[in-house]
Amino acid sequence: MIRRRRVAAAGGYYVCAASLAILFLYPLLWSGWASVHIGSRWSLQNYRNLLTYRDGIGTYLVNSVIVTALTVAGTLFVSLLGGYAFGRFSFPGKNVLFLATLAILMVPYPTILIPLYVFLGDLHLQDSLVGLSLVLVMFQLPFATFMMRNAFEAVPGELEDAALVDGCGSLGVLLRVLVHSVRPAVITVALFALLAAWNEFFAALILLNSSEKFTLPVAVVAMEGHSFGSIDYPTMQAGVVFMAIPCLLLFGILQRSYVRGFMSGALKG
Amino acid sequence: MGAAYAVPTAVVVTLFFLIPLGLVAVMSVDHWPLLGRATPNFPANYTDMAGDDLLRRAVGFTLKYTIIITVVLFAVSFGLALLVQNPRPGVGALRTAFFLPTAVGFATASLLFLGMLSNEIGPVNPLLRHLGLIGKPIDWITGSPTTALSSTVGLVTWRFAGFNMLILLTGLQAIPTELYEAARVDGAGRVQAFRRITLPLMRPTIALVLIMMITGSLLAFDQFYIMTRGGPDDSTTSVVMVIVRQAFVKFNLGSAAAISVAALGVLIVLNVVQLGVLRRRDS
Repeated sequence: MIRRRRVAAAGGYYVCAASLAILFLYPLLWSGWASVHIGSRWSLQNYRNLLTYRDGIGTYLVNSVIVTALTVAGTLFVSLLGGYAFGRFSFPGKNVLFLATLAILMVPYPTILIPLYVFLGDLHLQDSLVGLSLVLVMFQLPFATFMMRNAFEAVPGELEDAALVDGCGSLGVLLRVLVHSVRPAVITVALFALLAAWNEFFAALILLNSSEKFTLPVAVVAMEGHSFGSIDYPTMQAGVVFMAIPCLLLFGILQRSYVRGFMSGALKG
Repeated sequence: MGAAYAVPTAVVVTLFFLIPLGLVAVMSVDHWPLLGRATPNFPANYTDMAGDDLLRRAVGFTLKYTIIITVVLFAVSFGLALLVQNPRPGVGALRTAFFLPTAVGFATASLLFLGMLSNEIGPVNPLLRHLGLIGKPIDWITGSPTTALSSTVGLVTWRFAGFNMLILLTGLQAIPTELYEAARVDGAGRVQAFRRITLPLMRPTIALVLIMMITGSLLAFDQFYIMTRGGPDDSTTSVVMVIVRQAFVKFNLGSAAAISVAALGVLIVLNVVQLGVLRRRDS
């Protein structure tokens, strides 16, 4: 009797959990389905439409790849050196600079993007993919610096001392020894910079003006106002799939770094 | 020596954060057109905010949205976390399923829902009709302020529940199981154990999740800009949308800067209050 009740309870649990799981997976599956259908007919026409949409999806893909690559490279460069400085050295102004970096998290996006729109003009970086990337590096810094500092702090001092005795300078220690010890943090920081840059909408919308500079999210959102109020929904879903696939693939491959990043970012940050 | 390694950080933080932060304060006390010369006009940008009808409605809507989404999203996230808390066969797959929407960009997710809720190709209306829940198709996104708001609540819950579930899950798993066993020995039921053990020990995690939800909702933009376009009749226009509109539709950067400064002030006060409440509870 008790056993039967337990089986029924387990059955109830799985029915309930599975329906919820379907509810969460369904939109993704539907989007994939809708992107290869026109009406109820199978068709790749939506993806062909993407190729010829405005400047061609290729232009926007290249822009997105440029912004993503620059953001990842810039974030790694700045946070690796910065994390090394904060985690391994003490110097005047260290705490002030670290707090100023973390304070980026406190300031709303528009509060910083409205003046940046003006200031990037002074730097001749208005409507520029490089300018957008530098801004995205800045937005990544609180998380990246925090992650890298913790990683460098956790490396045992003996490792560093041994390398110093072997005649490495502090840069040599960083490049030859420490980089390997902080590799998990490097992967997490790179992954988050990549996803943030690839998916960034608000900053790209504000800082990029001309259509041929648009990144993928801005370009696909612009479909809404493209053809006089009527939206080509199936082509838009092809755009959705196009943007989502790399993220889902990365999630599949790097699930562990992904979850660790979320955790340390959210719980300690 | 170590300071040299911090130079890139200092340059980026100064150029792209501290200088703009100073600039936004200056802009907020100037008449600052998109093109042309800036002229001082303090305090007009700030006093004009009081008479801005759209801004007043946006503040009201943003507060309403924040309350609704925080309640719904928290309830769903906590429910999911409790559902996948205990190890049992298949629970890993469930966690992945709930978390998967988080992997997709938010703008991408907004476009996805725009299609899914549309009358042209969306499956939602046919499904609801099939189940007999609605008679005729609903214009979810443009039909009425209520349906537009519900659409964004659905989108945001779908996209962010897994993320918050994961954070709450770590909190739940940090509670020692011996506590529950001791409570069971003492004859406490499940509800009692939840109220006396789970909730008090989860307080810091819950507070963190709530702070993130509230801050995020007060600054909501993408979901409204992309999905509802602020409509129908500006009913889903958020504060950040007003800022963008002042800057790039009205070409009044000074006014946009003033609203941004006010938003920053509100958030700082809010964070200080929340941290104060947290600290008092901790002690």
